[in-house]
Amino acid sequence: MTWTITISFAGALLAALLPKDKPVLARWFALAVAVAGLALAVAGYAAGFGQGRQVFVDALWVPSMGIHFLLAADGISRVLVLLTGIASVSGILFSWNVDLRTNQFFAFYLALIGGVYGVFLSGDLFLLFVFYEIAIVPKYFLIAIWGSTRREYGAMKLALYSFVGSAMVLIGLLAAYVTAGAHSTTLAALASAGLPVSFQMWCFPLVFVGFGILAGMWPFHTWAPTGHVAAPTAASMLLAGVVMKLGAYGCLRVGIGLFPHGLDPWGVSFLGIGSWRDVFAWLAVIGIVYGALVALAQTDFKFVIGYSSVSHMGFVLLGLMTLNQIGVDGAVLQMFSHGIIAGLLFAIVGRVVYDRTHTRQFAELEPMHLSRRLPFAAWTFVFAGIASMGLPGFSGFVAELQILVGAWRANPIWTVVSGVGIVVGVAYTWRALQKAFFSDKLPTAHELEAEQHHKLPPITWPEYAGVALLGACTLIVGLYPSILLDQIEPAVKTLLAGGAQ
Amino acid sequence: MNLLALPILTLLTVLPLVGAAIAIFSGRHARVVALFTTLACVLLSLVIWTCLPADGSIGLVERAAWAPSLGIEYHLGVDGLGGLMLVLSAIVTLMAVDAAQHRVHHMPGLFFGLVLTLEAGLFGSFTALNFFHWFLFWELSLIPAFFLIKLWGGPKRGSAATQFFIYTMAGSVALLLSFLAIFLSTSSKDAPGTMDFIQLAAMAANGSLAQMVTAHLGPVMPWLAIGVLAGFAVKVPLMPFHTWLPAAYAEAPSPVTMLLTGAMSKMGVYGLLRIALPIFGPQIAAMRTPLLFLAAATVVMGAWAAAAQTDLKRVLAYSSINHLGYCLLGIFALAVPASGAAASTSIGASQAAALNGVILQMFNHGITAAALFWFVSMMQSRSGGLRGINDFGGLRKPAPIFAGLMGIALFSSLGLPGLNGFVGEFLIFRGVFSLSWISATVSVLGLLVTAVVILTVIQKVFSGPVAERWAAFPDLHHGERMALAPVIGLMFLLGLVPQLIVNTINPTVLNLLAHWRF
Repeated sequence: MTWTITISFAGALLAALLPKDKPVLARWFALAVAVAGLALAVAGYAAGFGQGRQVFVDALWVPSMGIHFLLAADGISRVLVLLTGIASVSGILFSWNVDLRTNQFFAFYLALIGGVYGVFLSGDLFLLFVFYEIAIVPKYFLIAIWGSTRREYGAMKLALYSFVGSAMVLIGLLAAYVTAGAHSTTLAALASAGLPVSFQMWCFPLVFVGFGILAGMWPFHTWAPTGHVAAPTAASMLLAGVVMKLGAYGCLRVGIGLFPHGLDPWGVSFLGIGSWRDVFAWLAVIGIVYGALVALAQTDFKFVIGYSSVSHMGFVLLGLMTLNQIGVDGAVLQMFSHGIIAGLLFAIVGRVVYDRTHTRQFAELEPMHLSRRLPFAAWTFVFAGIASMGLPGFSGFVAELQILVGAWRANPIWTVVSGVGIVVGVAYTWRALQKAFFSDKLPTAHELEAEQHHKLPPITWPEYAGVALLGACTLIVGLYPSILLDQIEPAVKTLLAGGAQ
Repeated sequence: MNLLALPILTLLTVLPLVGAAIAIFSGRHARVVALFTTLACVLLSLVIWTCLPADGSIGLVERAAWAPSLGIEYHLGVDGLGGLMLVLSAIVTLMAVDAAQHRVHHMPGLFFGLVLTLEAGLFGSFTALNFFHWFLFWELSLIPAFFLIKLWGGPKRGSAATQFFIYTMAGSVALLLSFLAIFLSTSSKDAPGTMDFIQLAAMAANGSLAQMVTAHLGPVMPWLAIGVLAGFAVKVPLMPFHTWLPAAYAEAPSPVTMLLTGAMSKMGVYGLLRIALPIFGPQIAAMRTPLLFLAAATVVMGAWAAAAQTDLKRVLAYSSINHLGYCLLGIFALAVPASGAAASTSIGASQAAALNGVILQMFNHGITAAALFWFVSMMQSRSGGLRGINDFGGLRKPAPIFAGLMGIALFSSLGLPGLNGFVGEFLIFRGVFSLSWISATVSVLGLLVTAVVILTVIQKVFSGPVAERWAAFPDLHHGERMALAPVIGLMFLLGLVPQLIVNTINPTVLNLLAHWRF
């Protein structure tokens, strides 16, 4: 499984060295690297059934500080590595038409993927942080060079938010290292160091918010919609699909894993809020409802999906804050599910529709009657939209159901309020669907004639392949959630038990 | 018998999905694919009907682990009720595909693909015994129905489809929330909760379910019952949740209307019998009076509203509301609170009669209503889209066979003895009169008004002087007669020999009543 990191970085390096004027070569090369990564991830995942935490590499890296080069994976990591593999392959399929500096595009892309794999497999806090930073840099360039609407602004906003978050994480990390005095930065050593409760109380929110920024936590989410919209299709898919998961993963692995007592009650409560747990759960709930309501008001197709990501990531954070088995299970499952579904939605909006119509405004899409001209896009969006709404049979349903059940056990009001978010979710998805594809107005003769002259380019095979890959994943997980839950459940159990010590 | 060893219910559900996948990519040949698929489904459903256990219990059970931590299990099974609904869905879908002959020029592959997906949704929801599984198929039927209305409907299809979607979705959310609450209440620290209908029904019968819910969430059991009832009430529909229906039925293309009224409305009635009454029996019994009031209102107002329409499709839409109102009347009437009267044998007999009637009425209305919308679609294709009752006149002269066969279907809808519609309504009234004579008496008014409505239709469309432009109204051609003959034959057959169905469903009725506690 660790080879996923190696081949991604090696691939990035080689892609950068490929000749600039041979985009076809760069594409196939990148696809081959990503497919190899996916194959390794699948093999590693399949081998992980029934296994607990597997340690792949453990070498002392910086002996003076006790920094280890420790790569390990438990069920949660394996699920997210699998997600990264799937997202990276589909992202390349949907950026088949990138012609500008193709080799560099894929070099940055693969570097980003390598960083993401690294974060999910790190067993050492410092190493995790290094990979986390590595992932941010290529993201900036991907958006700033290959992006669309206000790309410099979006890229800069994203980078600044990320760095602020990283700075918070870094402070927390150093403080934890010093306080623990264990002379080791491995997660296991820090978790068992017995950090004082009062220390955890202030360090936990610092780290949680630091990671939470990247997970789209309200009110620090504003980078997400602008970043998603500015990014080229593949980058939005990766942003929503895996980069936001980095934040959520950090919240879980580092925030909850290292500072479990940071969630203890303060002893005083104000308006029913008596701990950091209540604070962050409410922020998550607000994010769910706010993201959904804002998505309902958008006129730009991609912004709808951007805000829906904020709403869906709110479910992940809420699931984490339930601190019970089923809720955290649901949160991890939702990370996977949202990665797949958001990837599919961004692919349709950004690649399949925008690259053909060159507009994302509903007002301009409505008279285009895309359900007739791009039936494949329309029906794929129906499929992805239904999955995103959380209808049964798709991965989102199982994940959100578990989170709601977990939240109910923690605090029923959270469930009730987030239920409103789900209903609004149905509304904004359906609204976008009707506006973008299924307009009721019949085309005028003039429009029909214009259509004849201006035929939209046909759907290409990479698009079919990418849709098939992502669609199959959400359906398989939706119909047979045990395929992921069998690995998630024991890992979450261990993590929560470790936290309770 | 090794036939029983096959996962025949799964097979039946998967078959239309396979057909749908083929149909989508077979363009203008899609109808042929759909015809063969639906024909195979009819045969398979009849095989299932003959394999049902004789004691009326649930047979052909298939179970497999699915997602145990969420109480989700793959659990299928049918008794007489489910089996009859499978046969009905299969027949109605076959009729709909048959009726779609001339109407689908636009994207036929997609049309028939969606119809077959809808059929799979019907089969799945009539066989599922676990909430998650059932809910999956319940929603699966909703999505194709929405697009069938939205893409192939009449001029106001957009708003009709949206209204249909929003109403049904709101009902689904209410259902989901209720079952979520039940799942949470039945779960403990060590074991996940259950969503299994059979298990929940057993827990409801011995009272432990209500205790668990009350201990966990407080006295919310009646609210959960209302949530579940609301979900089904929209689908059937029960007044005042019916307002989506006339627009959806009128705007949908006729084959889709046949599916909506013939099969999908039965999902609601079936849900009441399989899910609501067994699990929320005491709560429904406690609300019996207001529910009976609503059911009687549905019967009477449905008929009355039908009398006020001039669009034939809307006449039939309201008349469908009226006919399903009898089912609701029978269902709510038999929920006699246990404290009110010790279960005497006379009450038991009345309950059995009413329930037999309800199930028969579900089947008969499905066949008859689907046939009637089929006739309307033929009228439309012959008259260039007209379907107002005042647009026609004297059709029996130029088209005697058409008039005769549609007349039979109309009389079946009216409830003429000797035709299928009579038996179900008779048994419902026979049961309801001794269980709640007031609501029965009020509902008789609905019977009268229905008779007036249907006779008016017959008079205005078939009798009177022949309008000049209809002098050459083409009669049924050979193919249409062949297609309609089995349906009309079935109306006579079930009217004259209702035992064909009653012999199989009566054990189920007794079995159900023996397990329900009110």
